[in-house]
Amino acid sequence: MSQYILRRLMIAIPSLLGISLVLFVVLALAPGDPFSELATNPNVPPEVQAALRAKFGLDDPIYLRYLHWLAAMAQGDWGFSFVSRIDVDTLILQRLPTTLYVVGSSQLLALLIAIPVGVYAATRPYSIFDQLANTFAFIGFSLPTFFTGILFILVFSVKLDWLPFVYTEVPGSGIKWALEMIRQAIMPVMVLGLFQAASMTRFVRSAMLDVIRLDYVTTARAKGLGQAKVIVKHVMRNAMIPVVTLVALQVPAVFGGAIVTEQIFRIPGIGSLLISSILANDTPVVMAVTFVFACLVVLFNLIADVLYGWLDPRISFR
Amino acid sequence: MALLDIKGLKTHFTTDAGILQAVDGVDISINRGETLCVVGESGCGKTVTAMSILKLIAMPPGRIVEGEIMFEGRDLVPLTSHQLDDIRAKEIGFIFQEPMTSLNPVLTIGEQIAESLRRHEAVTKKQALERTIEMLKLVQIPNAAGRVHHYPHQFSGGMRQRVMIAMALACRPKLVIADEPTTALDVTIQAQILDLLQDMKERFGMAVMLITHAMGVVAETAQRVVVMYAGKVVEEAPVDELFGNPRHPYTQGLIRSIPRIDLDAEHKTRLEAIGGSVPILINPPPGCRFAPRCKFAMSICTEREPRLREIAPGHRMACHLGDAS
Repeated sequence: MSQYILRRLMIAIPSLLGISLVLFVVLALAPGDPFSELATNPNVPPEVQAALRAKFGLDDPIYLRYLHWLAAMAQGDWGFSFVSRIDVDTLILQRLPTTLYVVGSSQLLALLIAIPVGVYAATRPYSIFDQLANTFAFIGFSLPTFFTGILFILVFSVKLDWLPFVYTEVPGSGIKWALEMIRQAIMPVMVLGLFQAASMTRFVRSAMLDVIRLDYVTTARAKGLGQAKVIVKHVMRNAMIPVVTLVALQVPAVFGGAIVTEQIFRIPGIGSLLISSILANDTPVVMAVTFVFACLVVLFNLIADVLYGWLDPRISFR
Repeated sequence: MALLDIKGLKTHFTTDAGILQAVDGVDISINRGETLCVVGESGCGKTVTAMSILKLIAMPPGRIVEGEIMFEGRDLVPLTSHQLDDIRAKEIGFIFQEPMTSLNPVLTIGEQIAESLRRHEAVTKKQALERTIEMLKLVQIPNAAGRVHHYPHQFSGGMRQRVMIAMALACRPKLVIADEPTTALDVTIQAQILDLLQDMKERFGMAVMLITHAMGVVAETAQRVVVMYAGKVVEEAPVDELFGNPRHPYTQGLIRSIPRIDLDAEHKTRLEAIGGSVPILINPPPGCRFAPRCKFAMSICTEREPRLREIAPGHRMACHLGDAS
């Protein structure tokens, strides 16, 4: 098992290298660089500009710059943000906890809604409950988060004035701080979580329906185990295998989706960092954040595979 | 009193095309300790009849429209699925056709046998495990104590069917319904499984309702045989009587379609088949359901449905031919 994980991590290295190369080239080909602002600034003489560009190696060929970046990365030097004037790794570590908090809570909310609703709907297909759940699921994943986000702000912040619509750093600690942290996260978590829950509910329902008709479920019924036990022990246990895999594989996509939500609620997370860095041509930050996303994809793929093998005894790690 | 007495059972399914009369007035009774074979070709309602007993068919779309299923003098039809849970596995065990798909792939076989014991009997986890190992030994699974913790995919088809038998018999039911238990297995394994079933039956003194479409299996195991066609019983007789003196044209056709290895080369003839196939049971025409395929069909056959009636002690059949004679 640990050998399997180790081998998978080794395999991940070339793919991460490939991803970083593509990212780097695309960013290098993109218009604008950190010094484009300097170029239009009349106070900076052209020879100073040229000297600075040479010093940071901005005019080197792409492959040299890539190797340079790679060497620095390997030594733990993630680069320096031209805009924020701090190290990129510090910047990312500052922003990551907020994103993890919001994204994690929304995923949890999504699972807490999707599993019971999906399971119950599957045990009574085409019932009123199932129809209602389906309708809400369709509405849920048809509405983009930038729409529901603004709708929530309009209703709960502007009209009712219950919740703050700008996410802020809350100083202090203790119960009051915790309550404030929860209060301001409610809307973004609801927006992201409900969106996720919608498609997940559909997936749980169909995974359950796939299993519920199988022979071994009839075998379990023939043992007189009772509906609840048959559903939980025999149907759910099997139906959760694809669901767990899907959820694990979706996590990186959720981070991506969180970018929009973070913008709407001005959450100081990793997504809004990416957007502002792109707008400011802050290449090292853009490179680092996209690379972190790439690592997340690789990591969660591995987690999905390990979970799959753990849940399904027919799969062995070799 | 018969152990199980099914009277006038009608199980219908609602489909988009109309009501499918899968089982349409079936009478079957099984005595204690007896082996009854139910034969007929695919789609004739054997499995639906068996599944109706413990309400294991999907409801909806399935529905028991009429009839009673008396088990030890108690009618099972009005019982809810929840009430039937006390009878399932405890009083009536079930062995299914497909050993490859009838076991849950993510639970060990021990767990799957033990959960039945733990549901119906006051046993601790440890006692349940011991009884499970004992059952696995009884069905001749080598190294039972070690194999009990294995998953279904680690067993061959024949071994899985042994596990299914151990599971069905764990609570010592009075009746075991085996739905084509050997169909999915190769011939040598088939014989072993049938022997095992016979052996278990004698050991526990239970009754067996064996559903099959193989006449060879019938000849080997049954005491009494029920022949079904298109959702109805067409003939019922003790096994020797049925093979020696089949009266219904369908039964005669079934027996003639058994390959015979004991004939000399010059006596060998082309194997006879019954022409046509089982009718679709949505809005069937009046009269005998076998009439379109029957060589002896008369005008009355398409007009009036023949009734099942006794033609000799213990021998019943439903055909107008008998009326004439």
